[in-house]
Amino acid sequence: MPNDMRWRPNASLANLRLRADMLARIRCFFADCGVLEVDTPLLCQATGTDPHLEALALELAPGEWRFLQTSPEFAMKRLLAAGSGPVYQLCKAFRRDEAGQRHNPEFTMLEWYRPGFDDLRLMGEVEALVRTCLPTAMFAENTTIPQISYRKLFRQILALDAFSASDDELLACARQHADIGDMGLSRDDTLSLLMSLVIEPQLREPLFVVEFPATQAALAQIGQDNEGDAVARRFELFVGGMELANGYLELTDSAEQARRFDADNRQRQASGLTVHAADQRVLAALAHGLPDCAGVALGFDRLVMLAAGAAHIEQVISFVADNA
Amino acid sequence: MATFSTNEFKQGLKVLLDGDPCSILDNEFVKPGKGQAFNRVKLRNLLNGRIWERTFKSGESLEAADVMETDMSYLFNDSEFWHFMKTDGSFEQFAADKAAIADALNWLKEEDVYVVTLYNDNPISVTPPNFVEIEVVETDPGLKGDTAQGGSKPATLASGAVVKVPLFVNIGDVLRVDTRTGEYQNRVR
Repeated sequence: MPNDMRWRPNASLANLRLRADMLARIRCFFADCGVLEVDTPLLCQATGTDPHLEALALELAPGEWRFLQTSPEFAMKRLLAAGSGPVYQLCKAFRRDEAGQRHNPEFTMLEWYRPGFDDLRLMGEVEALVRTCLPTAMFAENTTIPQISYRKLFRQILALDAFSASDDELLACARQHADIGDMGLSRDDTLSLLMSLVIEPQLREPLFVVEFPATQAALAQIGQDNEGDAVARRFELFVGGMELANGYLELTDSAEQARRFDADNRQRQASGLTVHAADQRVLAALAHGLPDCAGVALGFDRLVMLAAGAAHIEQVISFVADNA
Repeated sequence: MATFSTNEFKQGLKVLLDGDPCSILDNEFVKPGKGQAFNRVKLRNLLNGRIWERTFKSGESLEAADVMETDMSYLFNDSEFWHFMKTDGSFEQFAADKAAIADALNWLKEEDVYVVTLYNDNPISVTPPNFVEIEVVETDPGLKGDTAQGGSKPATLASGAVVKVPLFVNIGDVLRVDTRTGEYQNRVR
């Protein structure tokens, strides 16, 4: 074996201790509020249809394929429909082709669901959890984390209304901020570009973004904002110029869920991606009855990054993908 | 021709963008909570040296550029071209034009080895070694006694470069110079 073989962990032992301490705090937090820890399979027969998420697949036995979960959402919703009550999970999730400063193809996710909560109430609990893990100095004194609508955020930072601006206006704005060559961008792609390249890096103080365009609802219910536009009952928490958590007032209507799977798959087909059969088990669970609930997924590694003051995810993961 | 996808973009990879060969300097993956992921890629255009940032949709790909960096020794200049020869024993020769030689022009010395970047077998740039040793052909006589004060004066080298040197340096001295900063290092003899 060569002597120069790289074998040491990416993260410092101090950061690994901090990580362990935060896992313990999170478990304590949920034990105190009576949320049940669960443990669902990483290897799943079905996967999500989101056109921007690719699952890794592996062969259990000849011809018998499983997907590594991209999130534990479907399994946890099946537990909720079975009457589990509030549940949380700290687990590994896997996403193909995602690696960088804040991404590792294998990462740790904290996901939890609260029957009887709406998105607003869950944001309060997300804040309480995050405050138990991060230094007090990261939060403004004597006030809760502020909320801003997606519309207002775009107006403030880009002087543009993300709902009423034309596609051309959005594209012109994107071109002002980035050299995108002759890249073809849909309206939502352009919004994603502006959000992640221009807006997100500026969100240093903890901030909840709410009322996303209905086209970005994913698995959230759709409501209306005070200007009469359809908006997703979805929130994202940003801290230190980084997206930390994404939550929904969960969609409970199985027919609407089936329509969204179909719509995703049409988009996958149009983009030349593999079409994934809708997860029939989660649809059956929804048809049986998912309690009204709100749920949220939080990137645990990123939470450790914030607590450790780390600029790169490799500083908080023992062995990242290319050192695993 | 081979192609590379954004997730294979690594520092040093040579790709064709808008018809020009470019070297990738940096690649940053960015993705919103839900939605399209992007790669912000910093590149250097190898024809004009321009460095800029281009954003790609993750998963897009670019064609590989046929770019080779090869060690060659400098032979001579015929007023239009600067001639180099591979050091691999093949005796294969290449002629660099004025645009390609620009970065090395001040630091040329016959028989020294340079990194010549070939694009489709044509030299597009020549990189001098980090340190060269070249003779002084012109400088004012130094003033004795001032050496401890760290005074300096200009000296012209045989390659044409003008370097700030200590006062004790004389015509005929051979100096070691850092080509990246143009700074005098020491007197070799």
